[in-house]
Amino acid sequence: MKRRRALIVLAMLAVLALLSLLLSLAVGSVALSPGAVLAALFGEAGHGLNAGQVGADSMAREVVLNLRLPRALAAFACGGLLALAGALMQVLLRNPLADPYVLGISGGAAVGALAAMLWGVGMGLGLGAAAFVGAMAAMGLVFGLARGDGSWTQTRLLLTGVIIAAGCGAVVALMLSLAPDRQLRGMLFWLMGDAGEAVAPLSALMILLVGLAVAMYFSRELNLLTRGPLLAATLGVNVTRLRLILYFLASLLTAAAVTNIGSVGFVGLVVPHLVRLLLGNDQRLLLPAATLAGATLLTLADTLARSIIAPQQLPVGVLTALIGVPVFLFLLARSPRGGPT
Amino acid sequence: MTAALLETHDLAVSIGGKQVVHNLCLTLAPGERLAILGRNGVGKTTLLHTLAGLRAPEAGEIRLAGDRYDTLGPRCAARLRGLLAQHQGDAFDASVLETVLVGRHPHLSRWDWESAADEHMAHAALAAVGLAELAQRSIHTLSGGERQRVALATLLVQQPRVYLLDEPLAHLDLNHQIAVLQLIARRVHEEHAALVMVLHDVNLAAHFSDQALLLQGDGKHELGTSRTVLDAASLTRLYGYPLREMGDEQNRWLAPEIATPALQNRVADNASGSTALRETPM
Repeated sequence: MKRRRALIVLAMLAVLALLSLLLSLAVGSVALSPGAVLAALFGEAGHGLNAGQVGADSMAREVVLNLRLPRALAAFACGGLLALAGALMQVLLRNPLADPYVLGISGGAAVGALAAMLWGVGMGLGLGAAAFVGAMAAMGLVFGLARGDGSWTQTRLLLTGVIIAAGCGAVVALMLSLAPDRQLRGMLFWLMGDAGEAVAPLSALMILLVGLAVAMYFSRELNLLTRGPLLAATLGVNVTRLRLILYFLASLLTAAAVTNIGSVGFVGLVVPHLVRLLLGNDQRLLLPAATLAGATLLTLADTLARSIIAPQQLPVGVLTALIGVPVFLFLLARSPRGGPT
Repeated sequence: MTAALLETHDLAVSIGGKQVVHNLCLTLAPGERLAILGRNGVGKTTLLHTLAGLRAPEAGEIRLAGDRYDTLGPRCAARLRGLLAQHQGDAFDASVLETVLVGRHPHLSRWDWESAADEHMAHAALAAVGLAELAQRSIHTLSGGERQRVALATLLVQQPRVYLLDEPLAHLDLNHQIAVLQLIARRVHEEHAALVMVLHDVNLAAHFSDQALLLQGDGKHELGTSRTVLDAASLTRLYGYPLREMGDEQNRWLAPEIATPALQNRVADNASGSTALRETPM
């Protein structure tokens, strides 16, 4: 049965995702064996035989639980958030080339975050809050403008989003050019995406789980929506309501990701594409599979980003884009139809 | 006496300030078939979508198996009436079988996946439209006529009581035009369903319908049994092009006049005036 196949695929992807998390916890300046990672995660503190053993154990615990785990969870959650948001945006706009940032959410978040930095807010919760406020403002603005005359066409929504995103890009460039040199580096890192500064990995994970549950609740209706609003309405879908839910859900997921790790590129575009190419276009499989694949990809990319030229760190967004661009071009060249309609 | 499947009472429909119909009182009993005819752009599709409950009428009411759309709700409505749309939106790829299974949506509960019975039904529908071989093909590789028949198969597995077809013969070759109409007519007869279809072929409309609705374009309409409404005079008036009736007692056929230069001049005059063609001796 189709359902059983879907469950098997998802189980395999879940195992891969867990392995990527494990790897991310093991790799670093202090390399740990998988056993040591598991012991640090689940073991009792101080059960070693001698003082030296206890010391090594507690050091491993410290590294895994306080340094690597928050960061790995942030990358994991945000990868899932971005891939899910991307898949949902593609359904909402009925355009396989849409990504989570196309409607200006990340632009709004960047304006918020950079303005906060200019204001003197350091890394941490304040910055996250500013980015979230910026993202929500962009979401509201696009929503209000796209619904201006009561209509709600995907072309109008897309155009409004693209224009707002362009406007945000200009404001970001303006702030970068006005910023004092000592703040510039932090700003650039925020823009490129950096899991090291994630403010609330656990809340991102919670948002991901809730968002995925909501998306799955509507997944068969989303299947209909990909085939056009008229067919969906004919088959009993409340299209207006579904689109509203989809818009706010995708926007909130994007905002949660961007607030935590900045505008990491290409996860939201390439992962849904890759999954669609391999597993087909049934949203009931595509949405959870893309979520898991996105989480895995970003976890791996972040592990690379902090270990490739350690102790120097690369912004993870650079790595995902470096992986994403060639993969995407390859898919596009391979596609028999030569691209989206 | 069974209740009417589709009923309108003093229905008025308009789009963009243009009146499509007003005071339309229509009753379709089980097994009855209605053909809608009219020139391009008079609002045939708009009327069909209104009958499907997808847009609100300007005035009047529509009852589907006795209930209004707002009391039925979209899901119940989807089990009672199905629409074959003029265009199929295929932004994303899918197999033919998946596309047909979409029609089962209103019959499945939220967390259900399509069962083996649903797949069996989809294969049967594909066989009925002559596409059994193409079940695993991508919809992006189909020809226009094949895609149209896939859409029809999707409608068949939806199993509605009222079939609303918007130009069901578009892209079909002659053989499939007749086959599709016979298939639908048989379904409607066997399941005591009702059928409303927008057609441009006046002869097929006359043959495959019990009632005919002519939309004149100025909000006026003509509704009656096909036998009385679909005659040369009415259709000549409707299309602004002369038609001639031929045939014997058993069969009659309506054919457009052969276009001689003199006739073309008259048609051009007529089109600019948008009035009925004046009878002139040939």
